[in-house]
Amino acid sequence: MPDLLLELFSEEIPARMQRKAADDLKKLVTDALVEAGLVYAGVRTFVTPRRLALSVHDLPARSPDIREEKKGPRVGAPEKALEGFLKAAGLTSIDQAKVQPDKKGDFYVAIVEKPGRAAPEVIAEIVPAIIRAFPWPKSMRWGARSAEPGSLTWVRPLHSILCTFGPETEEPEVVAFEIGGIRSGNTTFGHRFMGAGEITVRRVDDYMTKLEAAHVVLDAERRKDIILHAARDQALALGLELVEDDVLADEVSGLVERPVVLVGKFEDAFLDLPPEVVRTTIRNNQKCFVLRPAGNAPAASSFETRPLGAPQDEAGRGNAGRSPHPEVRGPQENEDGRRPDREEKSSRASKDEGGRLAPRFILVANIEASDGGKAIVAGNERVIRARLSDARHFWNTDLAPLPDYRDKAEKPLDQRLEKLKAQNIVFHEKLGTQGERVERIVQLAKEIAPLVGADPAKAERAAWLAKADLVTEMVGEFPELQGLMGKYYAEKQGEDASVATAIEDHYKPLGPSDRVPTDPVAIAVALADKIDLLLGFWAIDEKPTGSKDPYALRRAALGVIRILLEGNLRIKVKDVLGKSLFHLLGSLLESQDVYWGTKKESELWNLAKLRPGAVPSGAEVAFLVLTKHPDNGSNIGFKSLEVLNLGARLVSFIPRTADFVDGLLAFFADRLKVQLREQGVRADLVDAVFALGNQDDLVLIVRRVNALGAFLATEDGKNLLAGYKRAVNILRDEEKKAGAKVDGDIDASLLSEPQEQALATAVDAAIPAATKAVDAEDFSAAMAALAQLRAPVDAFFEKVLVNAPDEKVRANRLRLLNRIRQATLAVADFSKVAG
Amino acid sequence: MADSLPSHMRPERSFQGLILALQRYWADYGCVILQPYDMEVGAGTFHPATTLRALGPRPWQAAYVQPSRRPKDGRYGENPNRLQHYYQYQVILKPNPPNLQELYLKSLAAIGVDLALHDVRFVEDDWESPTLGAWGLGWECWCDGMEVSQFTYFQQVAGFECSPVSGELTYGLERLAMYVQGVENVYDLNFNGRDGADKVTYGDVFLQAEREYSRHNFEYADVDMLFEQFRMAERACQKYLADGWDRPQEARSAGGATGKQENLEGAKHLMALPAYDQCIKASHAFNLLDARGVIAVTERQSYILRVRDLAKACGAAWLGTEAGGA
Repeated sequence: MPDLLLELFSEEIPARMQRKAADDLKKLVTDALVEAGLVYAGVRTFVTPRRLALSVHDLPARSPDIREEKKGPRVGAPEKALEGFLKAAGLTSIDQAKVQPDKKGDFYVAIVEKPGRAAPEVIAEIVPAIIRAFPWPKSMRWGARSAEPGSLTWVRPLHSILCTFGPETEEPEVVAFEIGGIRSGNTTFGHRFMGAGEITVRRVDDYMTKLEAAHVVLDAERRKDIILHAARDQALALGLELVEDDVLADEVSGLVERPVVLVGKFEDAFLDLPPEVVRTTIRNNQKCFVLRPAGNAPAASSFETRPLGAPQDEAGRGNAGRSPHPEVRGPQENEDGRRPDREEKSSRASKDEGGRLAPRFILVANIEASDGGKAIVAGNERVIRARLSDARHFWNTDLAPLPDYRDKAEKPLDQRLEKLKAQNIVFHEKLGTQGERVERIVQLAKEIAPLVGADPAKAERAAWLAKADLVTEMVGEFPELQGLMGKYYAEKQGEDASVATAIEDHYKPLGPSDRVPTDPVAIAVALADKIDLLLGFWAIDEKPTGSKDPYALRRAALGVIRILLEGNLRIKVKDVLGKSLFHLLGSLLESQDVYWGTKKESELWNLAKLRPGAVPSGAEVAFLVLTKHPDNGSNIGFKSLEVLNLGARLVSFIPRTADFVDGLLAFFADRLKVQLREQGVRADLVDAVFALGNQDDLVLIVRRVNALGAFLATEDGKNLLAGYKRAVNILRDEEKKAGAKVDGDIDASLLSEPQEQALATAVDAAIPAATKAVDAEDFSAAMAALAQLRAPVDAFFEKVLVNAPDEKVRANRLRLLNRIRQATLAVADFSKVAG
Repeated sequence: MADSLPSHMRPERSFQGLILALQRYWADYGCVILQPYDMEVGAGTFHPATTLRALGPRPWQAAYVQPSRRPKDGRYGENPNRLQHYYQYQVILKPNPPNLQELYLKSLAAIGVDLALHDVRFVEDDWESPTLGAWGLGWECWCDGMEVSQFTYFQQVAGFECSPVSGELTYGLERLAMYVQGVENVYDLNFNGRDGADKVTYGDVFLQAEREYSRHNFEYADVDMLFEQFRMAERACQKYLADGWDRPQEARSAGGATGKQENLEGAKHLMALPAYDQCIKASHAFNLLDARGVIAVTERQSYILRVRDLAKACGAAWLGTEAGGA
């Protein structure tokens, strides 16, 4: 059966777009073929920097004839109905329709016959339409024709189209069409520099062999294999090992049609730089691989792998047009806060001990040079040397004092922080500057420290330095090295090891599979950083909605959850949010230069008669602002205008403080559900625990949820739940009818049946036992206490009629049911449990 | 061609030889060879021969050297490849010929890059100039891993669709020369191709200038004067634009500087070029102020937008001129 071969030959297609373009072409062409009745047996796509190609195998020579019966109106139907039928069926007279009997009478039926068409004719329509509407991320016009309206667009200028169709045994025909002045044909071109002129092609097999001979490796995967194998072999021959980099390999295989792998070297002296710096320089700027001494692989891969040119930084905030937050750029996250091919791959990042590199690099050229690649290697070595010299310059500059900051701070990183603050780079218009954010994180980290077993002084120091590397030369050049450079520079200036680690780790985890910080100091700073971020954006009502999460708040919340759970850290999240809110208000006030921004926290709370750590209400903060400002009422003019402005600024979100703290907690609950669902935990159980209210200790919540899940999986649990549901249904009906809650103590004298007496006794025992166990955080014991109710509840419903004729007895039995409800509430809100 | 030249004229021997080889190549192709624009600009694209000529339907082929001033890139002569003043070689072909890539590769051969020996690559690089309201698609051209040129198909300039599209080639002359001469430091480039006492290096010509201008750009440029110059240039530009329409009443009612050319159907503009000069002046004043660090981050964007508004209005005016196709 015939095959179709299509090649779209253009100027260089960006590497990052090639893979998707091949997939799109495949889908668009095959869908359109099937739609036209041309069913195929197989399809293959190829993509190189200069061509996008596809071959479809075993197509029919013609699309099938189609015979269709269209049922019309009943014989004798109104004129209008007949007209409509004729029009729809494409008939001119009702005589052309057949009459067929049906259960309900005689109907008109039109027979519509569409003869099949020759496949090339169909393809000649399909392909130009696909080319015109091809979903390139960005496309362009070119040449003289670009002056015409509706001119053809493509990712880069399209030069020729090869399109043949025919069976294996015959000379295939050219599928003839013209688009944007390009006539389809049966010719293409080989490698830009090594090919020799035009090539005439018949079908896919000679297409592949002729292009191979013209130095084009069509298959992207094969190019990648060639690159990786050659790179590993060459490394091995030098007694070295390739530092694997899949993202780079993908990109590089999209930059060449004929991969030629060569080895270059650089001076040993550059290895004094941190290996990540050497690698990032060589990789990002030159798209070359690095090597390391064989057998020197660190336990975990020492390098983060991120898409080239897609930094996740905070460093760029000062630049116009850039987003104020690190995670703003790049693809949106999906529901779980993941960015599939982004953080997943960076997750293996780890400490770099043992990550020493060799003074060699692997480059991938596109030609087999006449001198064996000597000139190419020399050229690349020169560029890499210059780039590494730049990197060394950045490194040295960053370790040296800043000329203008010597008086303010002694150590290099401290000076950078001063500079960061002095630059007044806006973090977010409504959330102040980067410097103000640092101050908030410092305060909060210091407060979180004792809760997570960290030295507050170290947490303070680490938080203070955590963002300082954003103004270093190195991070300015390579934003993806943020945090890591801070760690190196901190070590160099003699900071405590925990402090240095915390600077790197406070950004973690960057994704669901990235590691979480484990050092207590790092934990304190990481939590402070994320909570300040979350609370801030909640305060200004910039929450994630649907698929939009421009500030990556889902990721931050998930980070907090993972840090707490994996570290088994018992923290009352709500208290921490309250503290964070306090600092946010404080820094907004301070940025207004009002005096009491400088007052001590305790004094401030005292002034406002607030309990430290509590979530301030709108009224309380308004009181704070309006009564305690020194110029309140005493000074007319500019100062009091300032007070008014300040008031207005705060009032815009103060009334919602309690709301948004609760809202943020609910957000944590949602994220926790997502997180636990992945471990197979039912979301309704999480709801059942959260519904108890005042649940903000995530570790405890998870333990409770797990105990509940285990309990409900037992026979006792299932039956108790059924009994509970039965009791609650009765109560609900009753309460609806009566318009009042069933409440009150049981009157023992009214308990006549042995089963109700037994139940009352059991409930009286179970409630304190369960409560006591919960207080002792022994949830299994609490569940066990509830399990004691199963038999009495079952027996009660079996033998005792709630709807007793005596109203007093009936009311007493309802109160007994209410006690069952109360008993379960000691561990969870069973009404939220499904089933 | 290169073989017939005396050695001091050869493109791989001297900076000026390289420039001459490019001039000859593109002259031979049919370009008008222009001289640098006599104003301070940040890139060859700012030359009206590119920015304005890229607009409108008339064919245009030009090539020229353009000194480019980037005050912020000054390094007091201490960085081996960063300069606050350097040369670009600019080629603009409207509409772009179908074989522009080939023409470019041949121009590399003309300056001594043997394409059988070197790895030349077209690596994605989309171009955008916020100040000019312009964008295009194209590549960085790499030679053995070194970026030596920018290659762009203009899609939009001054906010207007390019119709037809122009192809723009920008050669970084110092880099290219460093490459072909095999020199690591820009100041070591052989400028005149001579040896011994007759040799003049790039440093001999420009090192002192780099030191002086870096000092000026970062420390001493008169801020008050520059702010005033910015304002004056902006005002003058707007005035020339408004007064330049041969039916000024109509133009003003149509919004003057808003760039809505369809409202100016049939109106002719008589001062697009002088107005555009003022736009260039405003842009340079802004660059200097930026280098001096006196423009706050938050203000930066608004300055860029002000220049862009001027550029867009100049583009609209140009389309009302004869060369602009009106």
